Amino acid sequence: MNINASLERVRERAAAEGLLDVAYASTDSPFGPLLLAKTPMGLVRLGLPNQDADELLVELAAKISPRVLEAPAALDEERRELDLYFDRKLDSFDLPLDWSLSDGFRLRVLHQIATIPYGETRTYTEMARGAGNERAVRAAGTACGRNPIPLVVPCHRVLRSGGALGGYGGGLPMKRGLLTLEGVLDESPPG
Amino acid sequence: MVSALPPFQVLIDEHAANVMAVLRGAVGREGAEDCFQETFLAALRAYPQLQDDSNLRGWLITIAHRKAVDHHRARGRRPVPVAEVAETAVTDPEPNDDGVWLAVGALPPKQRAAVTLRFALDLPHAEIADALGCSPEAARRSLHEGIKRLRKELA
Repeated sequence: MNINASLERVRERAAAEGLLDVAYASTDSPFGPLLLAKTPMGLVRLGLPNQDADELLVELAAKISPRVLEAPAALDEERRELDLYFDRKLDSFDLPLDWSLSDGFRLRVLHQIATIPYGETRTYTEMARGAGNERAVRAAGTACGRNPIPLVVPCHRVLRSGGALGGYGGGLPMKRGLLTLEGVLDESPPG
Repeated sequence: MVSALPPFQVLIDEHAANVMAVLRGAVGREGAEDCFQETFLAALRAYPQLQDDSNLRGWLITIAHRKAVDHHRARGRRPVPVAEVAETAVTDPEPNDDGVWLAVGALPPKQRAAVTLRFALDLPHAEIADALGCSPEAARRSLHEGIKRLRKELA
């Protein structure tokens, strides 16, 4: 038994003992590697390719628990569904989510976003209204920008009222790419 | 900020090989894997309550040392032949090292740990003291007595 096999046993025993407060794994996407992090409650954080994975793990250690362990097997279902999504074979994620990184108005906005169906879009104003404060459009935009679980909570489906793309934590090319994948935008690159 | 401790995975990435090396030196290859698992599980249990994160390696090695002592106690303090020396050995033992490590395995626990940490891991006295939870002077003494005894055994 080598050191990796021993570590695998440590992970298994830690999970069985309820010590895996935050399990994480990385997975490939057409946009680059994604970082997935999960608590016993569900997916808590999804890091986009342009985000620093180490920083994100340090943040999770501070905000949730320092018991942060790389445990790919714990995220098999998340990785499977994301693969299917990027292959256009899945239009609705069925994953338990842990919302504990958000609260208040932002959390209400994220709940709104979570209900936007695949291939459809909404505006920041609609999100603000649905969260109970139609005038807080800017705050709704901030809530989108700080969405801890992008893709699964599809903030890429939120646009400006005039139809402009607005912003995206993963960069606008990714937002455009996701909307193209879902058939909202045409395949041809913007002119 | 609830905590400034680094993600536990960082401890694994940086220190797992060291811990395994210490344990192979202290309890032999067979026992090392069990002790390794016990060490990291104990560390994981205690980690969120850890107050002082200035020497995480010393903390892990302290736990490993306790698990090695438990292991020897469980086996009735029988001397354990050590077939393999730590992977990260810096100071090469005598060419005929089987006999040396056999003798190391027969030392009393504190002396054995001090000798292993010094010669398998090349730790300075201060870190040996940290790992053993004693003063640097006591660590120096354990090491000195361990070496003296080894010289006598192997003469």
